[in-house]
Amino acid sequence: MSHNHSELADKFASNVERMKWHDKALWFVRVKRDNQAKSLDEWEELRNTADKIKSHTLAHLDEYLEQFEKNALARGIRVHWAKDAKEHNEIVLDLLRSHNAKMIVKSKSMLTEECHLNPYLEEHGIEVVDTDLGERIVQLRNEPPSHIVLPAIHLKKEDVGTTFEKFLNTQKGNSDPTYLTRAARAHLREKFVSADAAMTGVNFAIAETGGIVVCTNEGNADLGASLPKLHIACMGIEKIIPRLKDLSIFTRLLARSATGQPVTTYTSHYHGAVEGGEMHVVIVDNGRTKILADKRYVKSLQCIRCGACLNTCPIYRRSGGYSYGYVIPGPIGSTLAPSRDLKKYYSLPFACSLCFSCSNVCPVKVDLADQLYLKRQDVVDAGYLSPVKHNALKMATWLMCRPKLMDFAGFMARKMVPLLPRALVYSKFNLWGKNRELPPFPKNSFKELYKAKKGIK
Amino acid sequence: MKIGLFIPCFMNELYPEASMATLKVLENLGLDVEYPLEQTCCGQAQANTGCAKETAVLAERFLKIFKDYDYIVAPSGSCVSMVRHNYAQFLEGRDGFERMRSHTFELIEFLHDVIKPTSMNASFAHKVGIHNSCHAHRELGMASMSEKNVPEFSKIKNLLDKVEGISYSELTRKDECCGFGGTFSVSEEAMSVAMGRARLQDHLDAGSEYITGVDMSCLMHMQGVIDREKMPLKTIYIAQILAGDAQ
Repeated sequence: MSHNHSELADKFASNVERMKWHDKALWFVRVKRDNQAKSLDEWEELRNTADKIKSHTLAHLDEYLEQFEKNALARGIRVHWAKDAKEHNEIVLDLLRSHNAKMIVKSKSMLTEECHLNPYLEEHGIEVVDTDLGERIVQLRNEPPSHIVLPAIHLKKEDVGTTFEKFLNTQKGNSDPTYLTRAARAHLREKFVSADAAMTGVNFAIAETGGIVVCTNEGNADLGASLPKLHIACMGIEKIIPRLKDLSIFTRLLARSATGQPVTTYTSHYHGAVEGGEMHVVIVDNGRTKILADKRYVKSLQCIRCGACLNTCPIYRRSGGYSYGYVIPGPIGSTLAPSRDLKKYYSLPFACSLCFSCSNVCPVKVDLADQLYLKRQDVVDAGYLSPVKHNALKMATWLMCRPKLMDFAGFMARKMVPLLPRALVYSKFNLWGKNRELPPFPKNSFKELYKAKKGIK
Repeated sequence: MKIGLFIPCFMNELYPEASMATLKVLENLGLDVEYPLEQTCCGQAQANTGCAKETAVLAERFLKIFKDYDYIVAPSGSCVSMVRHNYAQFLEGRDGFERMRSHTFELIEFLHDVIKPTSMNASFAHKVGIHNSCHAHRELGMASMSEKNVPEFSKIKNLLDKVEGISYSELTRKDECCGFGGTFSVSEEAMSVAMGRARLQDHLDAGSEYITGVDMSCLMHMQGVIDREKMPLKTIYIAQILAGDAQ
């Protein structure tokens, strides 16, 4: 079934106070990001450089992936290749089973969300504990993340309080953030020390060194990966950067763009297993090579998942992450989702006023607004645009090729509409008029006034 | 220098006064302006809905009508952006296209970059909030955008500074989208209206008496909300201030 963004957006926005609160919370992050961006004279140069590194890497992705594999193997890291989500999940399950792992701790990974790994592992009897605080909150509530960096941004502290009451036995009615965070810490510590394996995502995989880098604020990736003997890191093929020296370009951009911090609290380099343990990297395609082959959308693979385009998007801020119905919401999700399944997600490219804020906030210069504009053509080509809209625009075009007829239509509208009863003009078919007045219909068109002024008959 | 005046289709029908003010501003500066009568629409609504075939027809028509003018000037940032950024898909390599594209300007941009008037002979003693409409702002580069780390500037403000008595309100979000977005305004009605209300609240809080800008479409949307909610605010198209039509 196709997903309808505008319906879900309408629903989210109908709770006006909550919508305004959500908008403000994310705008606050956007402003923090602006302050950080403006504190660096070289900000735009950093963006240009990051763009060049990413586009170069994508153009030579096969070479860099092979280089990464070779160097990772030399460090004793095992490398697995998965063509899709199914293969990815099977590889992970096999690894866990071969180590007899029953409970795993996991730091944030949008890829595993994309592959629906958690439910898959749970179906196979493995307990998965998300260790990022926001992720843990939504996991306890059996909800997906609503934001790629701030997974529980749709929840207020009171919501977290009631969730923790139920699952962590916290005091009834206590929603003090410090209290709740301490409760989560105590709860997660137990999980960390008893976990059989750790999973992490990958922010950057360095071809030159064969190691990976994970950025967190809570240190949960480190706590997880340092204790158990098995560490599995999962990455999309696009996470590669060529050299270690390229890393600083991205770490300087990532945290500033994501949360308005100069750097994430932890930038952890994993270049091998813990003593006596094993480290595995699973490299996943899952539809990425299809995007790589399309020059209109290839830049969407440059994304470093900072979430800045979500925070700046005036629609995302007011419609919430769930209105997108895809693992990655906001502008970047609105191009990635239809790249994966156009039929299902064809409404997402239209969940956009083409304000172009996303393209300009993006630290790696993904041409987001241009992609959403072009995706709409794909929707029309595939025949998914509603026939009512399509026919109306076809008719308008036909009329626009006939200026005399168009003038007559305009003349009639200007004469007739003011004579109609309000109830008819503002019927339920007039979406413009649901919450807005129509403009006044003037006596003369500009063309009529111009002709009169110039004495043209 | 012969200027072809391009008036967006909805402005022709609904905003004759704003359109006449555009003509007046140009003629007051001694410019030779002609409005080709067979023009209709640039095809932006079709393009933004993904209807490439229909857009191609209208882009073709536009080229034929406007390609021989020295400059093409329009009272709209988004229609000009359409010509400058979106026509290439349909007209790349066509005779006269590159020249037309590089000679098509939004009114304020044209005055600011090409004509460079020293005075405007207009006064408007009101507190004005500038609406930075997205396509003019981020696609045409009419002003520094809040997303980027670049020196602050505004072509709109530079021109308005020449108007006697004018003062400005300071917005909290100086360049957020008003939510018009063409067909977006009806296909995502709830979002569009929520965004419009938020922009207007920012103007109310900042004490704007008037909201002005270079895109009448954004102003039409915001005026629609103002009228429905009876807010103490007015919108005015920028040329009406510059032409000295309004006091």
